Amino acid sequence: MTMKRVLVAFSVLVIFLLIVPTLVIVPISFNASPSFNFPPEGWSLQWYENFLTDREWLKALGNSVLVAILTATVATVTGVLASLGLSRVRFRGKSLLENYFLAPMIVPGIVIAIGLYSLFIRLDLLGTIPGFVFAHTIVALPLVIINVMASLQGVDPRLAQAAASLGASKARTFFTITLPLIVPGVTAGALFAFVTSFDEIILSLFIQDPSLQTLPVKIYRSVTQSTDPTVAAVAVITMAVSVTVMLVAQLATRKRKALT
Amino acid sequence: MSSATRALATDPALAAPPAGAGPSRRSRVKWGPLLLLLPAIAVVTMFFLVPLVDVFVRSVTDPEPGLQNYEWLLTNPVNLEVIARTFLTSLVVTFACLVVAYPYAYLMTIVGERARAWLTLFVMMPLWTSILVRTLAWMVLLADTGPINDFLEAIGVGRQPLIRTTFGVALGMAQVLLPFMVLPIYSALAKIDRRLLSASSSLGANGITTFFRVYLPLSRPGIFAGSITVFILGLGFYIIPSLLGSPKEAMVSSLIYQQVSVFLLWGQGAALGIALLVVTLIILVVFNRFVRGASLAPGVEPE
Repeated sequence: MTMKRVLVAFSVLVIFLLIVPTLVIVPISFNASPSFNFPPEGWSLQWYENFLTDREWLKALGNSVLVAILTATVATVTGVLASLGLSRVRFRGKSLLENYFLAPMIVPGIVIAIGLYSLFIRLDLLGTIPGFVFAHTIVALPLVIINVMASLQGVDPRLAQAAASLGASKARTFFTITLPLIVPGVTAGALFAFVTSFDEIILSLFIQDPSLQTLPVKIYRSVTQSTDPTVAAVAVITMAVSVTVMLVAQLATRKRKALT
Repeated sequence: MSSATRALATDPALAAPPAGAGPSRRSRVKWGPLLLLLPAIAVVTMFFLVPLVDVFVRSVTDPEPGLQNYEWLLTNPVNLEVIARTFLTSLVVTFACLVVAYPYAYLMTIVGERARAWLTLFVMMPLWTSILVRTLAWMVLLADTGPINDFLEAIGVGRQPLIRTTFGVALGMAQVLLPFMVLPIYSALAKIDRRLLSASSSLGANGITTFFRVYLPLSRPGIFAGSITVFILGLGFYIIPSLLGSPKEAMVSSLIYQQVSVFLLWGQGAALGIALLVVTLIILVVFNRFVRGASLAPGVEPE
């Protein structure tokens, strides 16, 4: 039992090191003085005010939200279709195809980034909304497919057969039987896709141009080029957005586990 | 006749002769799934495969056809130094994650269901925040005038260079990559048949012997899976090295960025990218062979 106690103490320390360092950004964002000093020398909301009154920051926020919503939509629709397809085919190339869809998760981001940069120069997609959406879809799609495939595995294929035997068309069977059963996986996948896009930075750094930047790109530029603490307030806001969305996704997957 | 059966009887789909539905259904079974897969195949091909092929083509044609970019990659001493540093950093991070993750994952196997759910949640939680924000936080903490250095000075150690060092990079990377080590190790540990441990001790082995001769070998698939994931993800990190590291101690990703974006030397950047990709793939392929053999060990179900 002493060993278990040591392990618990060790793990508490690990959890502390995983979570607390990131939170240091919160007090910094309320700092009264224009610095990144910790602990802050007084409190103020000026960096949040800066963010909310700066057209450039707000434009970047708008771009990020728009791109993330579009990415989540495109990735979810293509991902759900692909998962349904994968769950139905029984040919030899199936696992190869599955790996093909998941490959963007293991290929180093910087390599995809320079490839997209090169392609987008030719296609004139640099700094465009479609460019961002397609680039982000590549990294978001695997998350949708993983979640939807996991959900589909828990669905009894006889339910769809029963619906078909009762005369439902394929589309009707999908919308009234299969989709409601996999909703938790689809929801989780869509939310992961949203967060992935909202937080994506490496691809975005290459495919942005001054006319169209997302929030992470502006954060990165600000961090590397100035010491404006507004970036801390922006970081806290993006952190709040992704944590909230991920919490909802977590609840969705929990419901999925309860169902199966 | 109930309304339900009436509805069935009048449903045109059911009224159609079953014989006629046979062939058309078969042909739909053949083409339907492929049609479903088409959008994903199109998107992944256009925005993933084509760009990668483009990178490869540039690596052997830019500025002129030939292998001069790869020759440059393998002969330039700066490159070799950067590649060595990247491998070494990734290796150190992998080892650090392993040492931290193993006891954590072990604890997950000996606590109750609720505590395990919490431990899983805590280790996943950092993934909910972007790498950029977390790196920003490390920049504040590791700064020369940051809280860690204030503390070191207060206890008499004196200020240390933390940011713009490979140590800072490794620390930031280990924090981000830890979950990728914990989860595979946990799933391997959870599969170990605990009766083997009782068997070992009933045969007279002490705790340490049992751990090293029975438990540790059985957890090998998890150790391999976690280590490989952390290692290959670590090789490609860009944001953390560029913000926490020193430009004088660049990693491969920063070098690629520099070649392409700063010097516009596409061929050299592309060659570095292809080399990074090929190394990643080789490690994965070798590992897959390795683990298939390892998971045949008793007490651990093969994947």
